[in-house]
Amino acid sequence: MLHTVNKSSFERNSLKSCLNTIDNTSVILLIEDGVISAAKNTNSPMIADLAAQGRVYALQGDVEARGISSKLADNIKLVDYAGFVDLVVEHGTTVSWV
Amino acid sequence: MKISIQINEGPYQHQASDTAYQFAKAAIEKGHEIFRVFFYHDGVNNASRFTLPPQDDRNVVNQWAELGIKNVDGEPELVVCIAAALRRGMLDESEASKNGIDGNNIHPAFRISGLGQLIEAGIQSDRLVVFGD
Repeated sequence: MLHTVNKSSFERNSLKSCLNTIDNTSVILLIEDGVISAAKNTNSPMIADLAAQGRVYALQGDVEARGISSKLADNIKLVDYAGFVDLVVEHGTTVSWV
Repeated sequence: MKISIQINEGPYQHQASDTAYQFAKAAIEKGHEIFRVFFYHDGVNNASRFTLPPQDDRNVVNQWAELGIKNVDGEPELVVCIAAALRRGMLDESEASKNGIDGNNIHPAFRISGLGQLIEAGIQSDRLVVFGD
């Protein structure tokens, strides 16, 4: 499954809820304010293990718009909108955590 | 692949409609079919034909219209939830006349219909992606 998270974890608990719920084949895509969690020293411990397994993506345009391109946590994979579409196609059901 | 989209937030207030639009555009460019876009809750405000942003800003409503998402019969598949729309003063010609109101504001590239259209989109499509708050 693909899980999208669109809120910063300073604002909502959606990333935490998502991490508590997902199985070990799911991947996470951070979009909109969700990309804040992809910045170093924010929530990196929360998602570090998952990122190390190559299962955390962030939407490049949203990362750039928030000025965190140079502050990304390790192993976060950047995708553009075409990459977003590919993730939706590859991972069956999409769950939107809002 | 057949993909449908649900949008729960209005334009300019929230990024949902912009993200969904960029997603839909990328999907079409990749050769996928956008079966339906369902505008729900405040998302119905994406269908106002009176939307007039400043000249140097994107027009979210026209952007959706220009994607030309239609079915084989040529009907628009940008579908606005009727209950959410009427509550917010979003009316097409038929709803306006039915309710004795002298104007309508739904863009012609959109159509008003019921929640069943969202369920049908979920059944008919390979993927349903939700954007909102």
